[in-house]
Amino acid sequence: MPTIALPILGTAAAWRDAARGLLAAGVPPQDIVWQHGAVAADLFADAPATSGPGTATVPRSFVHLAATVCWHSDPERFGRLYALLWRLQGSDGLTQDHGDPDLAKLRAMEKAVRRDKHKMTAFLRFREIAPVSGRRRFAAWFEPDHHILEPVAPFFMRRFGDMDWVIATPALGATFTSGSISFGPGRTKPPLPEDATEELWETYFRNIFNPARLKVKAMTAEMPRKYWKNMPEAAAIPDMIASAGARATEMQSAAPTRAPARAAIIGRRLGMTDDTPPVDGLDALRRDAEGCTRCPLHRDATQVVVGEGPSDAPLMVVGEQPGDQEDLAGRPFVGPAGQLFDRFADEAGLDRSRAFVTNAVKHFKFVPRGKRRIHQKPDAGEVQACRWWLDAERQLVRPGLILAMGATAAASVTGKGQGIMKRRGTFEAAEDGTPVLLTLHPSYLLRVPDAGARAAAERDFRADLAAAARWLADHAA
Amino acid sequence: MSRLSLQDKLAILSDAAKYDASCASSGTAKRSSRKGDGLGSTEGSGICHAYAPDGRCISLLKILLTNFCIYDCAYCVNRVSSNVKRARFTIDEVVTLTLEFYRRNYIEGLFLSSGIVRSPDDTMAEMVEIARKLRVDEGFRGYIHLKTIPDADPALIEQAGLYADRLSINVELPTDMSVKAFAPEKNPVTIRKAMADVRLRKEAAAERSHTGRRGARFAPAGQSTQMIVGADGATDATILGQSTRLYSSYGLKRVYYSAFSPIPDATAKLPLIRPPLEREHRLYQADWLLRFYGFALDEITAATVDGNLDLHVDPKLAWALANRGAFPVDVNRAPRDMLLRVPGFGTKSVARILTTRRHRTLRYEDLVRMGAAMAKARAFVTLGGWSPGALTDSADLRARFAPPPEQLSLF
Repeated sequence: MPTIALPILGTAAAWRDAARGLLAAGVPPQDIVWQHGAVAADLFADAPATSGPGTATVPRSFVHLAATVCWHSDPERFGRLYALLWRLQGSDGLTQDHGDPDLAKLRAMEKAVRRDKHKMTAFLRFREIAPVSGRRRFAAWFEPDHHILEPVAPFFMRRFGDMDWVIATPALGATFTSGSISFGPGRTKPPLPEDATEELWETYFRNIFNPARLKVKAMTAEMPRKYWKNMPEAAAIPDMIASAGARATEMQSAAPTRAPARAAIIGRRLGMTDDTPPVDGLDALRRDAEGCTRCPLHRDATQVVVGEGPSDAPLMVVGEQPGDQEDLAGRPFVGPAGQLFDRFADEAGLDRSRAFVTNAVKHFKFVPRGKRRIHQKPDAGEVQACRWWLDAERQLVRPGLILAMGATAAASVTGKGQGIMKRRGTFEAAEDGTPVLLTLHPSYLLRVPDAGARAAAERDFRADLAAAARWLADHAA
Repeated sequence: MSRLSLQDKLAILSDAAKYDASCASSGTAKRSSRKGDGLGSTEGSGICHAYAPDGRCISLLKILLTNFCIYDCAYCVNRVSSNVKRARFTIDEVVTLTLEFYRRNYIEGLFLSSGIVRSPDDTMAEMVEIARKLRVDEGFRGYIHLKTIPDADPALIEQAGLYADRLSINVELPTDMSVKAFAPEKNPVTIRKAMADVRLRKEAAAERSHTGRRGARFAPAGQSTQMIVGADGATDATILGQSTRLYSSYGLKRVYYSAFSPIPDATAKLPLIRPPLEREHRLYQADWLLRFYGFALDEITAATVDGNLDLHVDPKLAWALANRGAFPVDVNRAPRDMLLRVPGFGTKSVARILTTRRHRTLRYEDLVRMGAAMAKARAFVTLGGWSPGALTDSADLRARFAPPPEQLSLF
């Protein structure tokens, strides 16, 4: 009966090599005795000659499982792994079976090792000790449940790369000096010098705790008592628990105190600030619009998006409402539809910087859908409520021509939104007589699914923008 | 005023910071100091280095730069009208505390917030300077979370995002009206604008230039926010509606719900009734259902009473009890989205069920080994070796899960 003795260091790799050889040689699981940490290397002589790597194909997930389970403290682990490996030959789906008892046991062991490793990275505490090189030096004592110091050491190497450190455990010790690691024998708990920072840490631990919400079980579920003895802050826990109730009651029953005198002074000073006068009428309008609650849309949007452009612009472009990007940026026509408009306007010879661009509705209307916001068409009431702002913008800018894009803009400016496909390309008049050129909304161009229809829509849109440019050229005084 | 020691300041400024629930240190870029040219590492998941008896994880050194504040927010211990002791760290004190705690493996990094002094810009500039010193001068690779100040200059937010892993701004309360009532100096629109700005900057940084190069990473662990629950009259439906909106609008990684907690030196404006901590827990559960289990907001709110989640049973169970017609679910046949709706099945159990049933038919014992909570699930599933029979429709099903009713005290 072959006896396989695996070394304390490099256990996982050694198990893998041995298992590969045994499998190739066809040695069944019940014939093998596995040992861990038995010393002499020549015990390996007992192992059957390996017939070289690559003889067995094993699912990757099993390789990962074995690489972790090998560090478990259960003496049965090597045998259990090999028995499963044996079963795996010829049963394809087994590693994907989450109900198989053998596999479930190994997965539980894997989880235990992972948790132990994680807790070590969490609860190990260093104390500063005298340096041996130019680098600061720290030492820690930790008592893991499993053989995890070697697999967890790279974490500490990545994390504490610029200092020297020593980690002692009962089974093994690790020393990291000037960037290289070495392992030595285990030991009993070493006496470590006092570290003044521990007092600061305890102060922090005591004060970050909220006595009004005592949940001891939640704490011990994640930080079991077995770890406490090596954590400097844990000594404070019993007292923190004992005094929590009284502290919380005291907070609740304390009568409100009088505010300190400086509160009133600061309050007065705060009230006085933020009174810079508006630069012009548009600036004043923007400030007023920020507080607008004329319709419910202000509740869900980020901010109001008012028009933008020179206050003497000959052309006013009216769209439907700000979209996702406009709502975030607080500026009109910056999203995909706005960019499309810019491109076509440029082609048609319309100077965007000389136009005042705005929307019929000033807040973004949407429904949340996961990580996205789905645009919703504003209803007649919202358009009506927001007309107040559009009219105010028109009064300030007094454009010679209004370009109304889409049904909502048409409804807001001319009072009628229907039949935009028939009305587009024609000039109508706003209530005050300002000429209004109707056209499609650029987001329609983005949404038409059919390529032929899209080409037609683009042609129409281009023609309408060109018509606007011609009108402006004809009426440039 | 006598000079405070570092220890006194730490006591005051950590006490002042504890009402911020966020402690996450996960999901940021991978960094390491293996080459010995710096200190610290981040690798995907964060680590909780300790737990306090309030059950909260301690992952970061969570402190305020100062608890002096010119604002008067009713729910806050640091409001201008409170008589708590005040203190202020220097920039170097924060840098040193962070590094020394980190070297001893106490923390994953720094969570820095602050009261508002003089002007938002001055305060924000000091916070950015601390982050810069840690990153640039000290070669610190650990985690940095900065609480940004909504009114601060956008140029400062830009810099903050270059040094910090995560930025956050608290919306504080679920409705604009409550913010106006309880935090009169804060402007909900300004807070939203600041979150929108962070999202836009993050998106801009992720875009490649015409040469194919990416800009410097901006807040790689994203942004989060916090809402105080139970200080105003908002229902759970309102709160979840607000979160849904926030998640969809600003690409938030997390919305934290913080049950309003009695504070020292409270104001008379707020009732010091402690909302049940269970409420906070139920909100988190509902939040998860919305984000990872395919539930729609109205499905969850439909199963509430007066818009508040049932405190005795979890929201998924509440939904299942109200929609028994959809059960029992055949575990061997049901699609993923229906399995996710079974009380007692988490996303992991469902993934295990799906991979296993490709190869064979599942039995009851398999589910137990997969880690499904069968005490809950058994009434809602059918599979080899198990049929719930009349259990699914039994009148006392809810009573099996809810704690027994308490008799009112006679005295």
